[in-house]
Amino acid sequence: MFNYFIPIVVIIVLVYGIYKKVNIFDVFLLGVKDGLKTSINLFPTIFAMVLAITLLTNSNIILELSNYLRPLFSKLHFPVEVFPLAILRPISGSSSLAILNDILATYGPDSFIGRIASVMQGSTDTTIYVISLYFSSIGIKKIRYSLLVGLLADLVSVILSIIIVSLLL
Amino acid sequence: MVNYIWAIFIIVGISFSIFKGDSNITSTLITGGNKGIDIIINLVPLMCLWLGVMKIAEISGLLKIISNKLSKFIKIIFPEIPDGDVAIGYISSNIVMNMLGLGNAATPFGLKAMKELKRLNNESNVASRSMITFLIINTSSVTIIPTTVISLRVLNGSTNASEIMTATIVTTFLSTFIALILDRIFYFLWRKKHV
Repeated sequence: MFNYFIPIVVIIVLVYGIYKKVNIFDVFLLGVKDGLKTSINLFPTIFAMVLAITLLTNSNIILELSNYLRPLFSKLHFPVEVFPLAILRPISGSSSLAILNDILATYGPDSFIGRIASVMQGSTDTTIYVISLYFSSIGIKKIRYSLLVGLLADLVSVILSIIIVSLLL
Repeated sequence: MVNYIWAIFIIVGISFSIFKGDSNITSTLITGGNKGIDIIINLVPLMCLWLGVMKIAEISGLLKIISNKLSKFIKIIFPEIPDGDVAIGYISSNIVMNMLGLGNAATPFGLKAMKELKRLNNESNVASRSMITFLIINTSSVTIIPTTVISLRVLNGSTNASEIMTATIVTTFLSTFIALILDRIFYFLWRKKHV
């Protein structure tokens, strides 16, 4: 059903445009120009962020850090196995997917750890990337409390996914 | 803030690689941005398609109709957006696409929504309350169908790949709700400190 959602939206917009006697082709081109300009303006931010994220994730520091912190987390009853995922999720979508894949392959998708990792990946987004991309796309210099709240919300998601998997599954 | 995060990622990444004796660090540095090109190349047609279609929706008045209909609901979360403003249309399109798990289609609407929110904030270069709320909704995710996760589970031989759906929906809605509360609390704290 959802496969047809986007194409149907396109048809509805076009039919409504014709019904309202809008010069739809020319107006579409106006939007395309806007889209091209926006994408090109985004390129520097995307490039800079991707470079920084790649350097950080390729150095494996987060994985090594989580090994180092292992004893602390077992004391807190936090499943250490998902710690790298929890840290990488707000930073990089592709590396957190790679970590999720590792976890699923190692512990099995239907294990407790596998389920927590799945829910964790599905219930948050790449906070740091999204915030820096969206703000710099419109030239915002002062981001106020946004990043703090975004990361706090991620922490809430991580804790909730452990609690809810324990309760529901 | 972004300045520091960006610098820390690079400095920590490079230093730790050198510390470990990773000789590939130079090539990582040089090719590290390659994925940025892929992202842009995938983004351009999406941006063009959606901003083109939305332009038609805007000129024909369809966007205005949708914005008017959703005003009441959106105003609960975004009290500072005027009734029936087109920003509401873009914000709701972004949220709907995200809910359906169509993150790629959501980005163009999100960027356009940010532009409209900047207009409502007199083109200031300081983040407005509505912008922050909007980004909090985006970063805490509102996905109903976690398609990528389910397919990864299938690939790894899950016997019941979609069993995590209920838990994901409950988690994501609870966490978005808590995130919105945190957003309000921080807004009032910030206002108190800065007025």
